[in-house]
Amino acid sequence: MTGTNANMASDPAIVETQRPLLSVENLRKHFPIKGGLFGRTQAVVQAVDDVSFEIRKGETLGIVGESGSGKSTTARVIMHLFEADAGKVVFDGETVGRGGIAYRELCLNVQMVFQDSYSALNPRMPIGLSIAFGSMAHGVPRKEALDKAAILLSKVGLDPATFANRYSHELSGGQRQRVNIARALALKPRLILLDEAVSALDKSIEAQVLDLLLDLKGELDLTYLFISHDLNVVRYISDRVLVMYLGKVVEVGPVEDVYENPRHPYTRALLSSMPSMDPRNRTMEAPLSGDPPNPINPPSGCRFRTRCRFAETVCGKSSPALTAHSDMNARHAVACHMHDPGSGHSLASQTEAPE
Amino acid sequence: MVSDSENYVAANTSLTVTVTAARRNQGYWGRVWTRLLRDWGTLAAISIIALILLAAIFAPLLATHDPTQGSVLGRLKGFGYNGHILGTDETGRDLYSRLLYGSRLTLITGVLPVLLALIIGGFLGVIAGYFGGLINSLIMRVMDVLYAFPSVLLAIAITGMLGSGVTNTILALTITFVPPLVRISETVTSQTRAMDFIEVARSSGAGSFTIIRFHVLSNILAPVLIYATSLISISIILAAGLSFLGLGVTPPNAEWGLMLNNLRSAIWVNPAIAAFPGLMIFITSMSFNLMSDGLRRAMDLKL
Repeated sequence: MTGTNANMASDPAIVETQRPLLSVENLRKHFPIKGGLFGRTQAVVQAVDDVSFEIRKGETLGIVGESGSGKSTTARVIMHLFEADAGKVVFDGETVGRGGIAYRELCLNVQMVFQDSYSALNPRMPIGLSIAFGSMAHGVPRKEALDKAAILLSKVGLDPATFANRYSHELSGGQRQRVNIARALALKPRLILLDEAVSALDKSIEAQVLDLLLDLKGELDLTYLFISHDLNVVRYISDRVLVMYLGKVVEVGPVEDVYENPRHPYTRALLSSMPSMDPRNRTMEAPLSGDPPNPINPPSGCRFRTRCRFAETVCGKSSPALTAHSDMNARHAVACHMHDPGSGHSLASQTEAPE
Repeated sequence: MVSDSENYVAANTSLTVTVTAARRNQGYWGRVWTRLLRDWGTLAAISIIALILLAAIFAPLLATHDPTQGSVLGRLKGFGYNGHILGTDETGRDLYSRLLYGSRLTLITGVLPVLLALIIGGFLGVIAGYFGGLINSLIMRVMDVLYAFPSVLLAIAITGMLGSGVTNTILALTITFVPPLVRISETVTSQTRAMDFIEVARSSGAGSFTIIRFHVLSNILAPVLIYATSLISISIILAAGLSFLGLGVTPPNAEWGLMLNNLRSAIWVNPAIAAFPGLMIFITSMSFNLMSDGLRRAMDLKL
């Protein structure tokens, strides 16, 4: 993590041109599992452990990873739906929380779209009011907020005259997700966290909603954090991609760089699990076997080592840092001993040697 | 739910379009009302309750005699005796007039404790369900203590302690009904709390009480209200029971439970007259029960 920061700082072009819109530093969220007679903490789920990344203005950062890798928890901690155990969130140069901008102010700048479009809308509230609610909570008069909601509805492609007074169960999944996007836009945020926002939709509807997201991004100058387990969708929409495994960032970099030249064995396995469109390139063997280990007691050292073909003793001893190595694009970083020349991994020197 | 309605749309487009178009302009309560109007059983129950309510309000106009004026000679006489439509009770008072006046106390002791318990229990339950944690444990454990006593026993114990009378009956019944209402509103609140739209509202920067007012109350109202109406009939029976035991309304006030107790011994002399207070208790509590069932059907749009 410190590796990435150091590398970015050493690249003057990046520092000068773009201050990150959001930067997350060493974020940690552990969930205690309580039990027993007096509710003592029995175990700890390490949902997000020491995660750092940055999102620049106007870019889309994709986050991929298996279920339970901490993608959604990261988004919810940024949104302050969960209190972080450690680390900080910096929005546009200002720390969120103590000594910086207030949480209520962050809400005006960062909004989130949830995966379950039905659960994300109050079933007893007409959708026009659902969209207007956020503005009303910030003191906008009801009438004005409802007028703005109507404009937002037409912006996401729904006729306000037909839809504003409907209830969420009268809408299809795609329509509901459009409403959720309109709701997120109501507070005029600069950053939108899309937590599996299109995953529950049919493929054809998914494409429409993705196009809507891209249109809105250009029109309203938005920045996206796009969380998904669908690698094709992430490649389509993202500028950069971040790969998470068991609460840790294993690889981050420009999307084409990561997809064409993945460094981490987990990223490689993940990408080779994508079905190929060409039957001659059919994947014959399973790239990864087994389930991810339990995040309650994650493996020591590198968390991927239990499923990694290249695991050696060093992998169990120390946790690899996320670093951009000399043979890689400066914005591409990986957390793997195999790529770290000084780590003592038997393959490390080979990677370092010029080919 | 969604896919069902979509299939339905596909099967019968023209019909559904008109139905949904009509529905759309109504909102939630409008739709509940439409469904209620189509339910004859519930309408009948509501009409009976309305009739009893009118009788209670206009009792002085409808009564033919003074409900406390007795007659030594005309005791336990049958229907139509000397202008007494439903005959006379054990001290010669006009039964019809006493039933009319009795409906007042019966309705008050039936509805008021439930209403008070709804306000207190609903408030505590929402607080416990929404905030969870220590607040939840504190409220719910106290309710568990009250729950440990059977409701009849609790009501008897409280009135036994406070003494008889209408106010104490209402107080006792209120205390009896608070725990179940706390429990049900706590359950539905914590279910609602787990939905994403609460997180959405939190992430838009709204405070807890704004969220409770706009998002929680509208979602818990239907189940809590339905449960509360089902308690009314229990409350009527409990109040009548307390009066029957001599712990509720005191004579010479007319109250159906008390009248039932007093006429108990007359069952061998004039059973038709002795049955009337019981019949009224039965009809009233049954009507409240039917109304509560009907409301549940009408308010649950998914049914």
